[in-house]
Amino acid sequence: MRKVTTIFLVAVGLSAVSVPLFAHHGNAAFEAGSSVTVKGTVTEWYWANPHCFLKFDVKDDKGSVVHWVAETSNPADMVNRGWAKQSLKPGEEVTVTMQVVKGGNPIGRVQQIVLANGRILSTQLPPEPKPTDTVAKP
Amino acid sequence: MLRRLVTLAIAVLMFSPLGRAQNARPDPAPAQRHDISGIWDPANGPGDGIGGTGSKAMPEDGKPEHQLPYTALGLQKLNASKPGNGARMVQPGEINDPAVVLCDPQGLPREDLYELRTTQILQTPVSVIILYEFDKIWRVIWTDGRELDKDPPEPRWFGYSVGKWEDDYTLVVQTNGTDERTWLDKAGRPHSADLLMEERFHRVNHDRLELTVTINDPKMYTKPWVALDKFPMKLLPPTTDVREMMCSVSEFREYDKAMRFNNPADKQ
Repeated sequence: MRKVTTIFLVAVGLSAVSVPLFAHHGNAAFEAGSSVTVKGTVTEWYWANPHCFLKFDVKDDKGSVVHWVAETSNPADMVNRGWAKQSLKPGEEVTVTMQVVKGGNPIGRVQQIVLANGRILSTQLPPEPKPTDTVAKP
Repeated sequence: MLRRLVTLAIAVLMFSPLGRAQNARPDPAPAQRHDISGIWDPANGPGDGIGGTGSKAMPEDGKPEHQLPYTALGLQKLNASKPGNGARMVQPGEINDPAVVLCDPQGLPREDLYELRTTQILQTPVSVIILYEFDKIWRVIWTDGRELDKDPPEPRWFGYSVGKWEDDYTLVVQTNGTDERTWLDKAGRPHSADLLMEERFHRVNHDRLELTVTINDPKMYTKPWVALDKFPMKLLPPTTDVREMMCSVSEFREYDKAMRFNNPADKQ
């Protein structure tokens, strides 16, 4: 059994603040409304199109290692959310919150990642700058 | 407790697309005549043009008011498509969307209806050129007075487009000759080679552009229907760096393998 440190449903809050990110393969594989948090160690961070994805290892209750993978949106979307190709490095400890697939496989869609130094990488868009910063002058 | 609720409500509004939509400049300048050039972004936030469940004006969400007027052939072709989103969504391994499982170009009209993101429009004396962020694709709309060829030489992913100014601020673009292998939208709606697509680019003012897309394809639909209705876009600074967003086949296969989606194309 995977080591799940926290499980909490935050569907209401996330739906209120989120901008939709449609996965390349759609939504049928994912458990609607799920939000699972696990602690693990990064093995690989793929900065890729059409989706970036993170591979990380989590120790279960018996000490066995479970290989997790969780997708994000594409690089352009992730840059807008403050992520970068260098955001995650192999060996780094992370706490990953994600929507998980149906059927129990260790696969998910990232909602947020908390780094060891406390920095939060979210897949939600930050608030938009004031219009005077984004709209060209006539 | 009440104070916390009020704070939460304000935060939700600030972060929501609705809240962002309120951030319009109060008195935008009028637009120049016959000019839709610029770098444009969906005005209601970058997610507004994604269209994951199909055309924004007519999503495939199972609601009766969004039921399209299919012909018998249109319905047959619709039922052959297996999309990953919408009311008919299937598991990833069953999806047969060529743009998803093969990284094929999504062509027109889907480029307007799925993943309409930051869009750069350039104008020359004889044409309007559109650079789309998604797929890093460009197309040319001829504005030199020519008529649309009623019998285009061969099908193209993005067809053949001719534009005419209906008034000082509205460019009406007709497109035909599209490749019928493409899906009309992400929900798997069909189109035939006889599709005539109309785009109306209406510049409301200096800062705002609206796009309306109408589908006219008698082989697939018994009457024309509006797929995008005055979709609002806002002007970005001319120095905006439009990022890459595309489907890389090699990276897609790594992703598909890692996510265990059993992409049908990987089994070929």
